[in-house]
Amino acid sequence: MHVLMSVLVQPFLDIASSPEFFLEVVIGGLLTGVMYSLVALGFVLIFKASGVFNFAQGSMVLFAALTLVGLMEHGVPEWLALALSLVVMVALAYLIERWMLRPLVNQEPIILFMATIGLDYVLQGSGQIAWGSNVKALDVGIPDKSFTLHGVLLNQFDLVAAVVAAVLVVALALFFQKTSIGRALRAVADDHQAALSVGIPLKTIWVVVWSVAGFVGLVAGIMWGAKSGVQFSLALIALKALPVLILGGFTSVPGAIVGGLIIGVGEKIAEVYWGPYVGGAIENWFAYMLAMVFLFFRPQGLFGERIIERI
Amino acid sequence: MQRSEGSGPPDATAAPRRQFSEIMLKVEEVSLSFGGLNALSGISFEVRKGEVLAIIGPNGAGKSSMLNVINGFYWPQKGRITYKGVTRPHMRPHEAAASGIGRTFQNIALFRGMTTLDNIMTGRNLLMRKNLLWQALHWGPARREEIEHRQFVERLIDFLEIQDIRRTPVGRLPYGLQKRVELCRALAMEPDLLLLDEPMAGMNVEEKEDMCRFILDVNDEFGTTMVLIEHDMGVVMDISDHVVVLDYGRKIAQGTPDEVRGNQNVIDAYLGVSHV
Repeated sequence: MHVLMSVLVQPFLDIASSPEFFLEVVIGGLLTGVMYSLVALGFVLIFKASGVFNFAQGSMVLFAALTLVGLMEHGVPEWLALALSLVVMVALAYLIERWMLRPLVNQEPIILFMATIGLDYVLQGSGQIAWGSNVKALDVGIPDKSFTLHGVLLNQFDLVAAVVAAVLVVALALFFQKTSIGRALRAVADDHQAALSVGIPLKTIWVVVWSVAGFVGLVAGIMWGAKSGVQFSLALIALKALPVLILGGFTSVPGAIVGGLIIGVGEKIAEVYWGPYVGGAIENWFAYMLAMVFLFFRPQGLFGERIIERI
Repeated sequence: MQRSEGSGPPDATAAPRRQFSEIMLKVEEVSLSFGGLNALSGISFEVRKGEVLAIIGPNGAGKSSMLNVINGFYWPQKGRITYKGVTRPHMRPHEAAASGIGRTFQNIALFRGMTTLDNIMTGRNLLMRKNLLWQALHWGPARREEIEHRQFVERLIDFLEIQDIRRTPVGRLPYGLQKRVELCRALAMEPDLLLLDEPMAGMNVEEKEDMCRFILDVNDEFGTTMVLIEHDMGVVMDISDHVVVLDYGRKIAQGTPDEVRGNQNVIDAYLGVSHV
């Protein structure tokens, strides 16, 4: 009785007793969620455009952030380091196309997926060989200060991250839905052979997609790196992006955003209000739990393309 | 339809129904093998501007391989291909598309997740030139360009009578309609040479008649040169100006439909013959 009471009733009483604090938790959750969305975006881009689930997305985030920090440590000015990192990510996209995707044209998605697992190791290894494996601080000049607005505590850095993510999403959505390259990207994702027959050059398209994913990885790497330091564990935030994708649907850019927000808010609320009654650390598994529930009832995610099977 | 114009009675022998002079595509001594399998051995033929050429032959004769060689999916080990007067060693599929070769596939290759309209619009991709930024903002010159392309596509949609499935994801369409959408996408490229790989396979009689009509109309209206593969002999005899017959990767006959129909090699290949 006591247990039921504390799980089913007490948390709601806590919420009701202090709505300002609840609002703070929700906003905190939303802002964390934005950061998850940033990482998930990279996955969605590549999946949409080449039908490949890119297991190495987390490593791309790490690799991009390591490159940026490494360059800055060598005294390269910030703007130049940023530009160079972008060049490195585009070069990486080119190499991936040349050495990984091109020999695997027309293969099953699972084979491409296995190749990205290999890529994951290569990127983690080479990034750390080149720049070392110490934790590095990344200062992008955004103050990590908190302030209160109408009695709600807000963090300036988180707000900037939210704005960056919003801009990125709008830009990508326009790019995918409204441009002829966007249409070509979707075409390539659907059928390689058909895309070639209408004159879409696969190679160029792949380089474009992986470059854009590299760019998104760089942005995610900067935001996460500035928040928690550039270190190996950055590659692991990709794992948090998985439940986001399951919620949002692998093919939807808006889905990645909403999925990220739901998970960010959900885990914060669960941690703050339910945590104390079940011994805490809910934050670590809540996202996966939610993803599993979704897999039972709506496997295509909130915004994914409906799965229709003709029999 | 001006098809049988000036050719006397429809069953006149030998004389081609229409005259064509300018050579658009010349295939010379093309050989292609996969490992030890000779898919094509020393194939030569010509496609003249404006004609409908049919490639026929039993299963595994190398018909699809021939089309794949023409639009650059396969590179032949031997032989030369001259298209519009240019002989090319190796041509990539997207370059073939850029130079005006459109095609459809034996087992429909559409973008299943996209709508009919989007599928057809991909055919216009090569012809779009405006800046990506403008396109993204859907504004200025890019907007006008998109509208022009859309108008062209709408005319094609009317032409092929698929108005009511514009917004339907093609994965949900019945087979016959998918084939029609695929033809429409190829036409959206405004191809000079159109390769059709079994455009009527798996269709019922009514659908076949529709498809025949579309092919002939396209040929008449746009003057598109066509190379098609087809199994239905009735259809082939009706719509083609010339026929090339392949068997086991070799060319065994060539000529007008009537010439080919009477050729002993062709009869043997199709009916099977015991070599005593």
